[in-house]
Amino acid sequence: MELLRLATAGSVDDGKSTLIGRLLYDSKSIFEDQMESIEATSAQRGEEYVNLALLTDGLRAEREQGITIDVAHRYFSTPRRKFIIGDTPGHIQYTRNMVTGASTADLTIVLVDARHGVIEQSRRHAFIASLLRIPHIVVAINKMDLVGWDQQVFEGIRQRFSDFATKLDISDLTFIPISALHGDNVVDRSVNSPWYQGSTLLHHLEEVHISSDRNLVDVRFPVQYVIRPQSTQYHDYRGYAGTVAGGILKPGDEVMVLPSGFTSRIASIDTADGPVAEAFAPMSVTIRIEDDIDVSRGDMLCRPNNKPQVGQDIEAMVCWMSDATKLRPRSKLALKHTTKWCRALVQSLNYRLDINTLHREEGATELGLNEIGWVKLRTTQPLFFDEYRRNRRTGSFILVDEVTNVTVGACMIIGGH
Amino acid sequence: MASTYRLSDLRALEAESIHIIREVAAEFERPVMIFSGGKDSIVMLHLAIKAFHPAKVPFPIMHVDTGHNFDEVIEYRDRRVAETGLRLIVASVQEAIDRGDVVEETGPRASRNGLQTSALLHAIEEHRFDALFGGARRDEEKARAKERVYSFRDEFGQWGPKGQRPELWNLYNGRHNIGEHFRIFPISNWTELDVWHYIRDENIDLPSVYYSHQRQVFRRDGMWLADTPFINRMDGENLETHLVRFRTIGDATCTGAVESPANTIDKVIDEVASTRITERGATRADDRRTEAAMEDRKREGYF
Repeated sequence: MELLRLATAGSVDDGKSTLIGRLLYDSKSIFEDQMESIEATSAQRGEEYVNLALLTDGLRAEREQGITIDVAHRYFSTPRRKFIIGDTPGHIQYTRNMVTGASTADLTIVLVDARHGVIEQSRRHAFIASLLRIPHIVVAINKMDLVGWDQQVFEGIRQRFSDFATKLDISDLTFIPISALHGDNVVDRSVNSPWYQGSTLLHHLEEVHISSDRNLVDVRFPVQYVIRPQSTQYHDYRGYAGTVAGGILKPGDEVMVLPSGFTSRIASIDTADGPVAEAFAPMSVTIRIEDDIDVSRGDMLCRPNNKPQVGQDIEAMVCWMSDATKLRPRSKLALKHTTKWCRALVQSLNYRLDINTLHREEGATELGLNEIGWVKLRTTQPLFFDEYRRNRRTGSFILVDEVTNVTVGACMIIGGH
Repeated sequence: MASTYRLSDLRALEAESIHIIREVAAEFERPVMIFSGGKDSIVMLHLAIKAFHPAKVPFPIMHVDTGHNFDEVIEYRDRRVAETGLRLIVASVQEAIDRGDVVEETGPRASRNGLQTSALLHAIEEHRFDALFGGARRDEEKARAKERVYSFRDEFGQWGPKGQRPELWNLYNGRHNIGEHFRIFPISNWTELDVWHYIRDENIDLPSVYYSHQRQVFRRDGMWLADTPFINRMDGENLETHLVRFRTIGDATCTGAVESPANTIDKVIDEVASTRITERGATRADDRRTEAAMEDRKREGYF
């Protein structure tokens, strides 16, 4: 069975919580005690239907205010796949949560209310999905029952959304008409939309092809931890543990160690279950090399003829996540990229992006909470990086406030400069 | 499988957990793994052993001990410590009571479960731990569903649900000041069924109480509670012998048993897969105290 990580985005009234509740309910991932609890609450509130949204409202603060304040994780599985949902609220002030949920997602569901069509928020979701390079986007046009299952409404929204999407870098875009409240086209095909020939939402989630989304070409192995047992049995053992970030590694392959530039061959790829014939993302393995070269955490193994970029001058799209401070030229921050920490100096802000219109504000002098911009940085140590569009793991980094230690920036590398 | 370069769901979860455990070992000075003898912490310890193989796990394990244990679980704990050669630290609730840090609850419903927080925070200060691995899963409970893998705790050990650090890609940020620490949840993304499937695939030994056995129990609040020296029965709570097993293991006074004939791992998996009640809902009196019981305990420094 494969694992699919999906992010959902939508505003309070789009029916996102109801849709997730529906997926959990119809895939029989809701337990009786949970169901009884929300039935009782729905009845107490005098609601006409069992409010499936109550399933995902977790914290006391949320129940009191009737809002979702953070990323919540939900789990369900079908006989075909296991799903992890990163559920993020869609208010404008929660761009940072949406970015967080999107960073690990294989697929995102953007909910559009059929009555309201493509609104500013739908565009923002699509933009963030493309910025974070979520490979697959599903636009679920919800509340179709409230527009009489009118095909023209569906087609109109599809057209407007597609027009906007052509300005973005989106590889796979799918539209599905649904009613989350009644379950139409969520798990079971609806009798109300004979004009719709595509998959139901769940069927699409089960079938969408995700294994080609990873980079299997460029060998990238950030060294995470050096394993030296110092025991009699493994006296001379020295292994480099880490998670494969790209490519396929095999014993006998020639590898180069960065930053030293020394080359050697892979002697063995070890796991606790024994050696393996090959390793690929996202496997966690331990690599031994033939020669005795000094390798430590923060170094990277690659192929001599396929190296990442190495440099201290980086250009990246940055989403700023702090309400306490702003990003400005001359800001100094801690930076984590793969398994390496260093410091970074903001050299310039090329532009700030209006995420609703995609307009570039060239004269901007700072990035505040939830703002996104093109930033030039200089780091205290060289990074071994790829463009984010080529590799999400070696193309991303975070910025951390050196005083508060809070994560304040999510960054996608455009290139060196 | 390898020819198509796909990992199964369990192997993907395993790889993610191992990545987290290694990251913590690399970046924190004084990590410790909380080990309750329950299935989740057993799986977590198994993952830690795999993460550093063939070297030893580079941190100790800690049991937060209410003193109200099932004998089978303590035997299991001590056996596992002997097998792995790891150092075991016991943070004792009895000692917290003796020190006067906390006052024991009284009455037939008295439980030491809530007192664990005090013993835990005392041990963190005493040993200056900066990272504590816990076996909590996000599918267990609604407050846990919203907690990060790296859960920041202030000097008082408190969790602040609104002020959580964004967690992006697999880039974990464990930076902190002296006196602050992190709770680390490497199996956050595992479900109850994932844990059981993994126990089967990896042939992991569990305390015998997880499998069906005859036990003297009595009925309280719709749960079967075990007859132990730590709990006083009330009028009408008569002992009966039933074929039961435990779905979760915590303090013996608040962990209920379920009637079950499942005496093998495959039978347990069939039972878990077809059950219609959540594990904490079925068996944990501590979560039933208020609707937000877990959220409230976490804010105070609970796991």
